[in-house]
Amino acid sequence: MSARETIFESIRRALNVSGNEAPRRMAVDDRLARAPKGVIPSRGGGDAAMRLDVFKAEAMRAQASVAEVARYDDAPAEIARYLRENNLPATLRMGGDKRLTEMPWSGTLIEISHGPSDGHDLNGVSAAFGAVAETGTLALASGADNPTTLNFLPDNHIVVLAASEIGADYESVWSRLREVYGKGAMPRTLNFITGPSRSADIEQTLLLGAHGPRRLHIVLVAEA
Amino acid sequence: MPETTKSPPRVGLFVTCLVDLMRPSVGFAAVKLLEEAGCSVFVPSQTCCGQPAYNSGDKATTRDIAWATILAFEDCDYVVAPSGSCGGMLARHYPELFIDEPQRAIKANAFAARCHELVSFLVDVMKVQKVSATFEGSVAYHDSCSGLRELGIEAQPRLLLKTVEGLRLVELEGSDVCCGFGGTFAVKYGELSDAIVTQKTANIAATGADLLLAGDLGCLMNMAGKLQRQGSAIAVRHVAEVLAGALDEPPIGAPAPRVRQ
Amino acid sequence: MTVAPTSAQFKTNAHEALGDARLQRALPHSRNFIGRRAAAVARLPEFEALRDSARDIKNHTLAHLDLYLEAYERKVREAGGHVHYALTAKQANDIILDLCRERGAKSVTKGKSMISEEIGLNAALEAAGIEAVETDLGEYIIQLRGEAPSHIIAPAIHVTKQDIEADFRRVHLDLPRDRDLSQPEQLLGEARGILRSKFLAADIGVTGANFLIAETGTSIIVTNEGNGDLTQLLPSVHIVIASLEKIVPTLEDASQLLRVLARSATGQDMSVYTTLSTGPRRPDDPDGPEEYHVVLLDNGRSSMLGGEFEEMLRCIRCGACMNHCPVYHAVGGHAYGWVYPGPMGAVLTPSLIGVAEGGQLPNASTFCGRCESVCPVRIPLPKLMRHWREREFERHLSPRLARYGLGVWAFFAKRAALYRLSTDLAMRALHLIGRGKGRFASLPLAGGWTKYRDLPAPQGATFQSQWRAKSGKVK
Repeated sequence: MSARETIFESIRRALNVSGNEAPRRMAVDDRLARAPKGVIPSRGGGDAAMRLDVFKAEAMRAQASVAEVARYDDAPAEIARYLRENNLPATLRMGGDKRLTEMPWSGTLIEISHGPSDGHDLNGVSAAFGAVAETGTLALASGADNPTTLNFLPDNHIVVLAASEIGADYESVWSRLREVYGKGAMPRTLNFITGPSRSADIEQTLLLGAHGPRRLHIVLVAEA
Repeated sequence: MPETTKSPPRVGLFVTCLVDLMRPSVGFAAVKLLEEAGCSVFVPSQTCCGQPAYNSGDKATTRDIAWATILAFEDCDYVVAPSGSCGGMLARHYPELFIDEPQRAIKANAFAARCHELVSFLVDVMKVQKVSATFEGSVAYHDSCSGLRELGIEAQPRLLLKTVEGLRLVELEGSDVCCGFGGTFAVKYGELSDAIVTQKTANIAATGADLLLAGDLGCLMNMAGKLQRQGSAIAVRHVAEVLAGALDEPPIGAPAPRVRQ
Repeated sequence: MTVAPTSAQFKTNAHEALGDARLQRALPHSRNFIGRRAAAVARLPEFEALRDSARDIKNHTLAHLDLYLEAYERKVREAGGHVHYALTAKQANDIILDLCRERGAKSVTKGKSMISEEIGLNAALEAAGIEAVETDLGEYIIQLRGEAPSHIIAPAIHVTKQDIEADFRRVHLDLPRDRDLSQPEQLLGEARGILRSKFLAADIGVTGANFLIAETGTSIIVTNEGNGDLTQLLPSVHIVIASLEKIVPTLEDASQLLRVLARSATGQDMSVYTTLSTGPRRPDDPDGPEEYHVVLLDNGRSSMLGGEFEEMLRCIRCGACMNHCPVYHAVGGHAYGWVYPGPMGAVLTPSLIGVAEGGQLPNASTFCGRCESVCPVRIPLPKLMRHWREREFERHLSPRLARYGLGVWAFFAKRAALYRLSTDLAMRALHLIGRGKGRFASLPLAGGWTKYRDLPAPQGATFQSQWRAKSGKVK
């Protein structure tokens, strides 16, 4: 008997079932199909304006910095300002996301490169898949548009997010995932990111920039 | 106040083995408080709630003792114990002991439903809002674990203590942290228990209080024993003694006064 | 690295821990989690309801574990991943070693995984000539020290800043000797640099999984550093090692559990990085592993199902129980002698390594109940510890003297009249002996008590004898 068979037999013996019982199968199939929601905190709820406020407050609580711009076209200038004010070189790596590539970068002096990071980039920019107001969290999906390495290798990570994409709760992200990828399917990686990388392993002292980015800057775009 | 049109509630005092053996004055203080609240108090022949056996894994002995207790207190309206841990044993664990015996389970569940710890019984059931005792001095209060976590006793003792004239309740840091007694644990893991109670006595000393109170004699003996080994002058009593104004006996671990009336 | 269990020597371990001044200076750090958890809970009105929800999801899943495992396995394969089953620790190590050897792997980076500690994966890799690099900062620190983790969330909580500096200087020999490492920032910066090159050079990345989602075939890791992400993102192969009970049915179920996990562990609402991974990279992914393997470990879990200790399988490894435990605070995690410390370790260890080896742990508890009061999935930890004590009692595994003493006590406790008479006599006698001082600094047979504290003298005649004398009646 293979390990797999032994394990399943052991589980079924312990539960005193054969595995063929219809009610059990139905209960499992039902839960997987319906995916019932549980308790959803009210914190992130309310209208778009409230969600925006909660998102900003929670993100900043987690030591992300947040800037608001009116339109996508205003983002490059904001990002250039951010790099300058933090004494960072004017270089930026991004994926193929049209929301980013179609921004007017030529208005800035930033040297743009494209593709996944190999560890040599100081600054990276991504466009979010979604966001969660209840904890000030960004959701980023893998792919050529926003390579996952950009989320972790550059020292400084900038994420562009439309205010209208801020969902109240995690359940809003699950819904969106199913819309985009289909029920039961996922991208290779979905990252939920709440603030910059940190560690408290040295005598419980909180330090930013453990392995991932030291800084997380969120550019919130008001236009829909 | 309870209605006076009905006959007074019959309260069986579950005195607890530690109070019975080591500090009967707590039992008498409990009787006083219960009678002042309008109860009629009885003391069936009893031994122990069975925790030593229960926590040592001897369920058979525990069941024997429990059943004897259940029968002894059969015709009381309430069973009241001046201890959160014994109270918790009776009210929460007795039903678990008989869960596989439908016949005895009925009686055990009915019994458990009538069981209470003393201070929470006075406040929550008899609706006592204040006591007439006085005590000049500052008091630190320790929340015994079972009372706190199994029976939810936290507000009630503080409510009554605040009505004791002259008494100043001071905040005890970590009042909800275990004192390290744990019944047989104190002896089986003495060094570990000592480390835990040392942390507790440091917190107690930091309050500068005149008197330490709690609702469980096991905890109190443990803390008093450590405080006295450390040469601390802080007095230690059971909360019932202060609430009942029953302060004639010396505090826990203190000698009797040399001059007697 | 995990060595043979020393849980049977808990008392000795505890004694050493209590006498270890450096450890005692570091231990209070674990208490910081208490206030942080309380603050996070206070900020979320739905927290108690979420605990109930989390418990119910786990119970439902365990009751249908076989079916959810089948569903999970299907989805992993659909996404292009592989599922391997391991009944024992050795089988799990063999599977992972085979995967490494077949690919000529020389270096493996590791995200934090308690399961990998449980099976002793690092030792197995090292023995096969494969470098295993822990990347979680705390795990990296203790790897340099050749120690096991002392806490399931903060593995290096017992290590001081000075210790870390000494270890870095000892091991990172390529760096300038006169460099300043006096500040935590400098230590972190050094670790970041060293580990960055390890991340980029690794052939295979091994992570654990906080949860496995049946609906989508997804593994979830939860970190603050991002080390787990770099571990599973950069190498061409990502291996997940997880035990069977990590399965949850759906994405919605996962978010219920995630809402109580970080709050219970560190008091954060969410950890910095919560990452859902499904299968290898897709055709249009420019980064990510080319292979995705999940090794599902039993190692005693299936036999816990349907039994007295089934509730322990709800554990989501948050560490709240040990953060609130007076015993853990006093001695730290290593005293428990194996992988899992604190209350959850006391309950789980005998199930996994046997009562003979692990049975001391559930005995070393005051049953204060604080652990149960903070467990996000409401595991009745003291009750389960008591079950272990019952098993030991039934099998006569408790020390003879203790059992004898208990027997003597029980004899009296079951005979009320005899009890009342003999206790009255004894207490009167003790009172006479002790009334001068009011307490005993020492007393025959009470050495276990009086070694550390005084024993108050009894007041004299027992309550029951006084009551009978006063009222002339009983009841």
